[in-house]
Parts: sequence; C-alpha cells; structure tokens
Amino acid sequence: MKNLSPYSENKDFKDINSILETCLKNIEFQKKLNAFINVYDDEAIQNAQTIQNKINNKKAGKLAGMIIGIKDLFCYKNHPVTGGSKILQGFISKLTATCINKVINEDAIIIGNQNCDEFGMGSSNENSFYGPVLNPIDQSKVSGGSSGGSAAAVKSGMCHVSFGTDTGGSVRQPAAFCGIVGLKPTYSRISRFGVLAYASSFDTVGILSQNIEDCAKILEVVAGKDELDNTSYIGKPLKYSDNLEFNEKASIVYFKETLSHNGLNIEIKESIKKKIEILKSKGHKVTELSFPMLDYTLPLYYILTTAEASANLSRYDGIRYGYRSPNATDLESMYILTRTEGFGIEVKRRILLGTSVLSEGYYDAYYGKAQKVRNIIKNYFNKIFQSHDFILMPTTPTTAFELNAHKDPISMYLSDLYTVPASVTGIPAISIPNGQDKNGLPIGLQVCANDFEEQKLLAFSKYLMTLN
Amino acid sequence: MPKNKILENYIPVIGLEIHAQLSTKTKMFSPERYEYGALPNTSVSNITLAHPGTMPSINKKAIEYAIKMGLVCDCKINEYNIFARKNYFYPDLPKGYQITQHNDPICSQGNIIIDLENNKEKKVRINRIHLEEDTGKALHNIIPNKTLLDFNRAGAPLIEIVTEPDLACSKEAYFLLHEIRKIVRYLEICDGNMEEGSLRCDANISVMKREDKEYGQKVEVKNMNSIRNVQLAIEYEIVRQIEELEKGNTIQSETRSFNASNGKTIKMRTKETLSDYRYFPEPDISPIIINDKWINEIKSSIPILAREYYSKFTQEYKLPSYDAKLITENKELAKYFESICKFTKNYKSASNWIMGPIKSHLNDLKINISEFEIIPKQIASIISLIDEGKLNMSSATKILFPKLIDNPKKEIELIVKELNLIQEKDTNKIDLWINEVIKENPQKVDLYKKGKKGLLGMFMGEIMKKSKGTADPSITSQKLKEILK
Repeated sequence: MKNLSPYSENKDFKDINSILETCLKNIEFQKKLNAFINVYDDEAIQNAQTIQNKINNKKAGKLAGMIIGIKDLFCYKNHPVTGGSKILQGFISKLTATCINKVINEDAIIIGNQNCDEFGMGSSNENSFYGPVLNPIDQSKVSGGSSGGSAAAVKSGMCHVSFGTDTGGSVRQPAAFCGIVGLKPTYSRISRFGVLAYASSFDTVGILSQNIEDCAKILEVVAGKDELDNTSYIGKPLKYSDNLEFNEKASIVYFKETLSHNGLNIEIKESIKKKIEILKSKGHKVTELSFPMLDYTLPLYYILTTAEASANLSRYDGIRYGYRSPNATDLESMYILTRTEGFGIEVKRRILLGTSVLSEGYYDAYYGKAQKVRNIIKNYFNKIFQSHDFILMPTTPTTAFELNAHKDPISMYLSDLYTVPASVTGIPAISIPNGQDKNGLPIGLQVCANDFEEQKLLAFSKYLMTLN
Repeated sequence: MPKNKILENYIPVIGLEIHAQLSTKTKMFSPERYEYGALPNTSVSNITLAHPGTMPSINKKAIEYAIKMGLVCDCKINEYNIFARKNYFYPDLPKGYQITQHNDPICSQGNIIIDLENNKEKKVRINRIHLEEDTGKALHNIIPNKTLLDFNRAGAPLIEIVTEPDLACSKEAYFLLHEIRKIVRYLEICDGNMEEGSLRCDANISVMKREDKEYGQKVEVKNMNSIRNVQLAIEYEIVRQIEELEKGNTIQSETRSFNASNGKTIKMRTKETLSDYRYFPEPDISPIIINDKWINEIKSSIPILAREYYSKFTQEYKLPSYDAKLITENKELAKYFESICKFTKNYKSASNWIMGPIKSHLNDLKINISEFEIIPKQIASIISLIDEGKLNMSSATKILFPKLIDNPKKEIELIVKELNLIQEKDTNKIDLWINEVIKENPQKVDLYKKGKKGLLGMFMGEIMKKSKGTADPSITSQKLKEILK
C-alpha cells in the first residue's frame, strides 16, 4: 500500500506514467473507501505525457512526478467543487485556488477531488453528501475529518500528497486516524484564495503526506504572499525541504491538563509519555506546564467558527449557482427550502448556532467574550514560546472510532480537543505517526511551534519520527 | 388656527445619509470597473458574484478617496481600520452580507460649511464617513411576475456620509447636498450624478414642539433622485408629521419612500420589523493602518476647492458674489477663469465673457468647458483689445468670437485685421457713414426731428452695418446726435 513520492524515494525516476498508474490502480482497487469524489484520470494521463516530455528535456518543475489529490473545498478551474455538499451539486468552478496553481506550475499532477465533511464541518467524514470515508487500516472505523478522503487517499497510495483544510484539526485529526503526516501551517502562511470558506479567521490550507520530506517540499512551493488573499502573510517562505536535519537540543513543553484529561485514551497517553522519556534521555529539556484555558478552547472555537460560518455560507442561496429547491413558490420559500434541502444537519446546526451568537443582545456575551478569551490564549502561547521551542500534545483523545459511534454532536466535538488550541492561536502544528494501539490503529502525536517556525517544526518532527 | 401658525409651533430636525459612489477604476474589493448603463451582468467577476472560494481584495484608491473627503470635511481620520460584515439575505446581495464599516468608520467628527441665503453660512456637523460596497439591482416585472438581477453595481465602492441632525429646514438640506456634490466633484472622487444614482441621499426627519426638550420620533425617507426632490420630500414629510401630531397621532418609526410624481412620501416598512444585521469584524480583510505619512500625501493631493476659489475671486479679483458663485459652481470653469486672469487684470470682463458668450456657446453645444477649444489666453487678448478701445464689444461677441470658434488657435490680432474689425475713430469716416444713412432715410429723419427719439437706435444700427461694425459707438452716437439736431 505504501506508495512513496518520487521526490522522497527515488529522485532519478524515469517513467512518470508508471507512477501515475500505481496511483490510479490504488484508487480503483480501494473504491470502497470512498476517498475520491471525482478522479481526473484521462486528464492526469494527458498531463503525465506533457510532464514526461519536460522531464526528458530536463525542463520539468520541481514537483514533477508528484501526484496530488485535493479536498473537495479547493477550486480548480473547470472542475467540480461542492464542499461535500448537496447545495453545490453540479457546480463547476471558474477559478483555481492559488495553492493548486502553484503546484501545477511546478508540474504536479492533480488526480482528483476528495471526499470530506460538508464545508469542512466534522471530525469523522460522516457529514458528507457523498457518504462517509472508511479508514484504510480498518474499514469499520472512520477516516477522521473533515479531510477524511484526503487522509485515506494518501494512506492507501492513491496519491502522494493531499491538500486538506484545517480549521480546528481537520488535517491533523484524520492524519492521526490514518497514520500519516498532517501539517497545519501557521494561519495565513498559505493563501486561502480558491478555498471554500468555513471560518475565515481559522481556515488554514494543510498538507497530508506519507513523510516530512513531501510535506516540506509542497509547503515551500505553496507558501507565500498572495494578492488575492488580503490576509496572507507577507514574509518570504523558506526552502523548507533543504534543511530537515535537527541537531539542536530542544526545549519542549507539554501541558498537565492535556495528559490528565479524562477523555484521553490510556494507550495514547502512554505513547506520548514514552516519547517524552526518550526525548529526555537524548538530552532535550522537557517541561510540564499548565494550560488552564484548555476547557475554554472548544466553546470559544465553536462560538467564533460558527459565527463566521453563518456568514460565509450565506452565499449558498440558490440564486446565482448551485442547488435551488424546485418546491419554492416565492423568494422566502426559495431561501428556506433551498438551504433546508441543500445543507446537511451539521452545517445547519452550525449556521443556526453562529446566527444566534451574533444576534443583537448576545454578541457581547458570546462573540465578544470568545474573542477576548482567544486573545488571552494567544498571549499565553506567545509567552511559552519566548522560552520554549515546541509544545507536544496528543493529536486526538482516541484512535479512529467506529462509524456512527458519536450520536451526540458534543461528544464528536470533543475529538477536536487537542487540535483546537493551535487553530485558536494560529500557530503551526503537525500530527505525526506515533505507534499503534492494541487494535493496530494508528496513534498521532502533535507538535506545535511558534508562528512561522515551520522549518524548525518540520525538522524536529522528522527527528521525532526516527526516535523509537 | 391658521396652518402657518401651527407649523411655526414645531421645529424640524433633519439629518442626511449620503452615499457617494467612488469613481475608481475598480470595484471596492474586486478588479472590474462599475459603469452606469452598461449591459446587465457584463461587469461581474467571480468575486462580485460571490463564487465559492473567492476573497475580497482592497481597492486602495477607494480608501484614499474616503480620506480625501474626510480631510476636506475636517474629520478625524481613523488609524486602525477594520471592515465589518452586515448580514442579511436579499437577491441583489451576492455574499449574503455587505462588507461595510461598523464601529470604527474611517472618518469621524467633521463638519461642512454650507451657504444659506443672504450670504449667511452654517456649520453642519458630520458624524461619520465610512467605506462600503454597493449592492446589485433587482429589477422587478420587466418580465411579468419575474425578478431579474443585475450585479454590475454589486461591489462598487461607496462612501456613506452621515450628518448630525443639524438641519432645520428643507432648504438647508438642499444647500448641504449641493455643497457635498460640489466637493466630491472638485475632488474628482464621485461624479455626483443623482439621476444615475452615483450620489444618493436618505433623510432622517423628525419634528418637535418648540418647548420640547427631546427630539421627536424620526422617520427615514428614501428614493429621492435629485437634490430638488430631497427638498420636496422633506417639506412634505415635515407637514405630514405635524399634521399627524396635531391629530393626536404618534409618529411611527418607519422608512418611507418619496414618490416624485405626486410629491408625497409613502410607507415602505416599519423599523421594528427590520432584521438584526449581526455585524461582526470581516475576517477576510486585514486591518488597514493609516499613518500620518499617508495622510499627508493625500492632503497634498487635494486640489483648490470651490470655497477657496470663491474667496480668491471675491477678495483678490473683486468679483461680485453672484459672479464668483456661478463660476465656482464648476471646477473647470473656475480654473478657466483663473487662467484668463493670468493674462488680464480686467477680472470683471473675464467673468462677463465666461458667464455670457462662453456659457451660452457651451450650452448650445451641450458641452463642458473642458471640451472648449479656445484657450484662456485668447479670451484675455480680446479683452485687452476692447479695453484699449480698438475693438467694440458687439463686434467682439458677434463677429470675432464665432470666427474664433471655427479657428480657435488663430491669432486674435490677425482675425481682427482680416475682418477689418479695428474700431474706427476717424470722425471724417464716421461722418460719411452718418450722412449716407441720413440720405437713405429722409422720412425717418423727419420723424426723429419731430420728436421720435427712439429712432436713434435704428440709425446707429444702419451705421454699424455700413461700417461693418467698426464705427466707434460712442463717437458715432455723439456725432449722430449733433448732425440730427
């Protein structure tokens, strides 16, 4: 199943067609996982020819041979994009996301768009109009979400790398569930232009890959200022893939509250403790700190993200594109029926929640207060990074759970407990494989670093993956 | 009690909300340009149509324009600027929210000085000026029972100027709007065209009894597409509110629409049922920092405005107030006048030329002064010839000016020579023309001598014809009178 990219495995590859063929076969043989919504096989084969010619003429870009899948939240001109939602059924995008443009310019091949939770809202990929994605390791389990298809596709060799989005853990959590690498860079490091919005001040383009090398390579291509995304960060990105050796002694922090949380699975707790002991034995400094705001991060996250989502999803009104209810009789019923029929239950829940927290008389109590807490947490993390390099956390409280295991939305929300702090603060965070539980399900380890320290984070993560 | 007496018991309190569409090359947050009258949906990018994945980009020019207006209105310019989302559903609003400013407008606490009648001035306080994007247009019933949508206007940049309730009558509203239009036109940030909607005005109107301490319930009136209609709507609304109160009714908090065909306002909607806009900070736009350096750059780009021209023209050039007002109505006209004044000291004559022959020529051709081909120096040359007594006014306007229009670059002296327009002061020649005319009109001479003195003008006209307009009028009329005695 392991299908490594030519970049990380075999730099002097000759035949791009066979690379693509392997991916297409893996997609075909594992259709049951439901990872892809659309596969652009004919187009990919054609592109492979063009790129092969470039390779033969030594004119190929630096991602030649890389096969990439994109979550169904990324726009790719003249290709469908639906955000996993019925409301965009049949919609063909007229634009290409900046990050997709950048990898195509470096001769990567886009192989298809991947299943996900509707508009990125979910932690199990069960909230998709196209049905759930199954975990490649155990098909009775979920793949995680919301970038479930993207994680499953990488794990099962359907593509080398996937683009996901991470608003509260949607790249890191499925990466942990599927046993791969999932990076959420610093907020604003990668342009959001062309990515369907869920919560604009949290949404981050993320990278799912088999290894750190691929992740770093993609990041250095796609990071950077983009005039089309006003919020994108102006600082020049580094050549992350050039320097992935970690030779320093690191100062590492873990939080008492994360490890003592009663929702945390004992095997995950043990695996992180074991890692901490190894780190100490290698001469790294590991400090236990307190994170008293941990319990506030989920509520504040749900207030702010749903508020933003309630506005971001207003454009899906059936007027200019997408689904329009055939049962409408007037303007109001068109709005109501289109959105009632077009959106899934979780999306509707979040729109309603967001609408209510922004309502007159509630704004200060919810949105205003949540914004304040967000700042407090941000300041707290800033302070930690003044004297420490990394924060270690579990990625998830449990390993991949059964399909339909969470009937209650709050219990589902709890699966984001450890990923949300980095989303709230915007710091870069990565999930890397860290062993398995007794059922053979992967365990993820999360590493966080200070803003824009992706270079250090990637190098340290690679080092961590070698420590056993 | 007579109606006027009742009206006098009340004080109207009026504030305006003025939307000025900024004439920038691109929309507020997207790269295409809005042009009035373009075919529907021809100026609509993916951003304007709120396609999934699109994001707003900031139009820096629009920010500069807003700051310009703020500086002219003596406003405080806000340093740290954020936008807000105003959420509501309507088909002409593609994103389902309008990007606007909420708590911290880019400009605040300014004022505009308006001219009242009888040379009085009044300072009207400006509460705020903020930036926002326009909506599209919903066109109802062009096809029966259907609504068509035109998104060309969606995303066009607007500033909204909100005044304090400082206006006491409809005329003051008229003057304020007139002043604002003049300012935006001088600044060239908006074409000020109310008919095309590039300048729009809503009026908040209430009335209170003279002895009352608190303002009455205000009513918002919309849909007035000329400055005159704003005045009429306010007049109507004041009387309507007073009548309601006199009947013992209370004024409802509502939005009313002005109907220009009957001059009345009608209820559009009650304010209580208005939606809650759920404003929150726009997360897709980074805060915009406006520093002193930027403000100073913009300050230095502000042109001379009507008020400065007016005081220069009245004080330095000693123009009558009437002339100065008329000429400063239009920036290009004021600039043209100033250019003439570089070449002549006879400012009043320059003003007369502008308000007389030049204006009527422009009106005839329905063109703007900027399209007028005669350069100011030429007009100054004509004025000099007249002042030197070499040319009379009548031949200058009737013969020379039309010739010059056909040949705007030709030297004035040359035309005057070619057309033989140099004024004739030689009394021998003048006598000859007079005698010829007398010979040709013996009966009229008789009548004149019998007392019909009004015929003098007829004789003068005939003499002018004979002299092809060159006879010096004052010498001629003096001579004529002597001869006819």
